Amino acid sequence: MCQNWLAEATGDSVVLKTFMIGTLLGIAAAAGGLYAFPAVDQHRELSIISVLPNGGNTESFHINVPMDRIMVGAPGQHEPVPPGLIWPTDELLADVRTELFKIRNSRDTVVGVAVRNAAKADTVDLIDWVLHLPARGSVFVNMSPDAMEGGYRIGKFRAGTREFATLTGTMTESWIVDTSGEEDAPDGRIELFLRFVSVKEPGK
Amino acid sequence: MKYVVALVLGLLFGAFVFVVGLIYNPFIARQNLSPLTVTNAQTITLSYSGAVTDHIILTNDGESETKPYPTKVLLLYERPIRQSTVMVTELRDGRNQVAGIGVKISSLSERTDLLGAKALVDSIWYMYLPGKGAYFVEQSENYWTYLRSVVIAAHRSSANVWQGNWHLDTTFGPGALKTAKVTAGSGPYAGQVMLGVESLTTYVYSVSDGPVSAQGRFIIELPSTLEADPESLADDGVL
Repeated sequence: MCQNWLAEATGDSVVLKTFMIGTLLGIAAAAGGLYAFPAVDQHRELSIISVLPNGGNTESFHINVPMDRIMVGAPGQHEPVPPGLIWPTDELLADVRTELFKIRNSRDTVVGVAVRNAAKADTVDLIDWVLHLPARGSVFVNMSPDAMEGGYRIGKFRAGTREFATLTGTMTESWIVDTSGEEDAPDGRIELFLRFVSVKEPGK
Repeated sequence: MKYVVALVLGLLFGAFVFVVGLIYNPFIARQNLSPLTVTNAQTITLSYSGAVTDHIILTNDGESETKPYPTKVLLLYERPIRQSTVMVTELRDGRNQVAGIGVKISSLSERTDLLGAKALVDSIWYMYLPGKGAYFVEQSENYWTYLRSVVIAAHRSSANVWQGNWHLDTTFGPGALKTAKVTAGSGPYAGQVMLGVESLTTYVYSVSDGPVSAQGRFIIELPSTLEADPESLADDGVL
């Protein structure tokens, strides 16, 4: 009845049939498009990984300070980073310093975000790093609080996700002062050097 | 000519019908409650405010519906991190006392499958609870029903605001029972791998400001093999 009315209204039932075929095609095209094209496509930078002669791999990241600093969370800052930051004043967090950075690969391209947390837990200092690379995964590193000879710290992988889930290894952090003298140069950079080896096959 | 017009209109109408059917598909069930919400094991319950201005900071690409806070925070505009959000917030225990600091980093997941009602986000938490250690959380979250019931509803509202009481266990994996993987890096449970689940209760959502009133909660199931100090557990806000 409806079809007849529309057919009369348009004066041509073929138009109605064309419209219905178009509707079916539209549904199919939308479903096919959604199936074929990913809703999320993370941008990937090429990983710059070196192979060690005795097995395992290395990869380094760095943070240009102060450009890549997103947050410095610590009590009693006169010039908070970012401006407007209100850090909790609770006494429980008096010995906690949480920092957020963008991290760069060897080509100086931003590839991820990192968290550095330093705290005094009872009598022991605690320094943790979490590196997050959206297209690859994350790694949680627990650093030794004591600096090694040469001024760097070393820590062990505690956990990882996706690409880093099957890896075990170490990471060192070191502070490199900029000596280039260039006008736009950073004050220095934090170097993060990862050494890792796969302990199991993915998915097993 | 009229046939071409009819075909094009049909295509557009078909695409519209598909989108409406996808969003309001009655066969997509709401996610069930996580087993951790009814577990008999000892748990740590941590909560945080879901309102943007209650966070210490929140940053993203600056073009998302949820606005960065504070306004001068460095944005994540570079391509590899553009689809990520970083949130730093104060964590509170079961007695609403400050328990520590939590950093959540979320990235849109490439496993997102809108046909299968999976709007997935890969997220990690770094939680530092002074005296109780540091915890690293790996999880994927499914925001499909949240998008459908809160965000789209807010867009459809003439005031561009949604108000109500919407609760969702957002954790969708990697555990088989839709649980998160929690690794203790230090503290009494150092080295232990535990289960966790995150949930979100939304009360007010604004199209212009994102969540205006919301409460997040994270439950960590403590390992049953470890003898924990009851006093310490009470401090943790254990249920």
